[in-house]
Amino acid sequence: MTDTDILVVGAGPAGAAAAIAAARSGLRVTLLERGPFPGSKNMYGGVIYGRVLDGIIPRWWEEAPIQRWVTRRATMVLTPTQALTVDFRADAWGEPPYNGATAFRPDFDNWLAGHAVAAGAQLICSTTAVGLLRDDTGAVCGVRTDRPDGDLSARVVIACDGVNSFLAKEAGLYPHTAAEHFTVGVKETIALPRAVIDERFGLRGDHGADYEIIGCTGDIPGGGFLYTNRDTVAVGLVLRLPELAAQSRRPEELLADLKAHPAVQPLIEGGELLEYSAHVIPESGFEMMPELTCDGMVVAGDAAAMCLAAGIWLEGVNFAIGSGIAAGRAAVEAMRLGDTSVVGLAGYRRRVESDFVLTDHRKLAGIPELIMSPRVQRSYPQLAANVVERIFTVTNPVPKPGFGRIVRDELKASGVRLGDLARDAWRGMKGFG
Amino acid sequence: MTDYPSVSFEDRMERTEFRVAERAHITVDGDSCRGCTTKACVVACPANLFVPTSDGGILFNYEQCFECGTCYLVCNTEGAITWTYPDGGHGVVFRRT
Repeated sequence: MTDTDILVVGAGPAGAAAAIAAARSGLRVTLLERGPFPGSKNMYGGVIYGRVLDGIIPRWWEEAPIQRWVTRRATMVLTPTQALTVDFRADAWGEPPYNGATAFRPDFDNWLAGHAVAAGAQLICSTTAVGLLRDDTGAVCGVRTDRPDGDLSARVVIACDGVNSFLAKEAGLYPHTAAEHFTVGVKETIALPRAVIDERFGLRGDHGADYEIIGCTGDIPGGGFLYTNRDTVAVGLVLRLPELAAQSRRPEELLADLKAHPAVQPLIEGGELLEYSAHVIPESGFEMMPELTCDGMVVAGDAAAMCLAAGIWLEGVNFAIGSGIAAGRAAVEAMRLGDTSVVGLAGYRRRVESDFVLTDHRKLAGIPELIMSPRVQRSYPQLAANVVERIFTVTNPVPKPGFGRIVRDELKASGVRLGDLARDAWRGMKGFG
Repeated sequence: MTDYPSVSFEDRMERTEFRVAERAHITVDGDSCRGCTTKACVVACPANLFVPTSDGGILFNYEQCFECGTCYLVCNTEGAITWTYPDGGHGVVFRRT
């Protein structure tokens, strides 16, 4: 007999969701976490979209450890001296069932893992999975851990061990490990009094703001973010690895530039740095996804590159939870069938194909690459900012130029070719349309 | 360009909790590094754990590692950086991330 039926490695949102789904079937479920508590290794760029929890934790919003509900969602296009912001507010997002929330991941992930424990899963913290166990057919049948006598055998392993997933790599599922598929996110959590945050961001009660920023990373493809917690503001950058490595400025210096930008600086001024953090992000989405299943094992969350980095949509926690639920249910189904081979576990792929997880990823497959292209990163932000600056600059006594003239002038000055613009627009339409 | 006068790097890193393990979870092969001209880890590591030495090698420490994986992902010298997770219960402990 195996030590457990279903062994989930990693108690982040994917692993906790998988363990919840699996443990509710009554099977024996073990949830392994290398940190001292779930969430202790995790950070993110700001918003949890919680509706994916409706199916496993009804009225989750009444108990989840949320900092603020995002009712103000802005996209900022920066050049070194200009800022063009599309700023949307919706009071409806501040009421159940809500839309996005900010939270501290150590709180949120710990809370979600608590639901796995409540469902009957055994949570083992401070234990690192260091390798796979395989039976004589080669099928995965557990993991080795760094505890003495630390082998844990299982019928199914669900690898939710994060973006660096050593388990998926060891299983040979992960061919896309080139640096170009990854970004590193760096973030400062900055303390400010709650009333100051409310005033600076125009917020009330438990409402929050989330700004996504493009054009703030110089020659490095990436972006920035800024969002509010209760009495802290988080500001950070996401930087693509090869280009970060090929230049001479360090991440914290690049972040200092964003913090000093005239459109950002007044929002965080006077705040005290509470915590600095960094994490790698699987940026390429569908293009980099590993095989999701092998005999005895499925892969979910960041370990399966389920993070969606599609420009206006930057989502990860919800995709982790969605894929985790699917993995947990598929593992139970395979156990019931008595077939935990790749055939018996095929329900995992079927599930994520039929819900938002792979449907969204497949539809937006080309978008992460488009977002990271030099035109979207630099030329278009500069072009857009210049056009708007021209439109709003009153040139008396010279009469106003028409929009057409301004756009033609600025397009010419930007060096962007119409053919490229049309191709990019087409690629954008294919994903977003 | 802006410098960073308000918080020294050392001070910045002290705001994050690290439960340092006895075993180093990063190892660097000095010989590989001496032949490396790019030393991508030096600029890219968010925790600034890699420092070039005068003889062309790399001095590293593992104590204040965010465990992000940037170093081995950007390293273009196969086998130069060996990176694993720290032993269970050790390493970075985020609180307000």
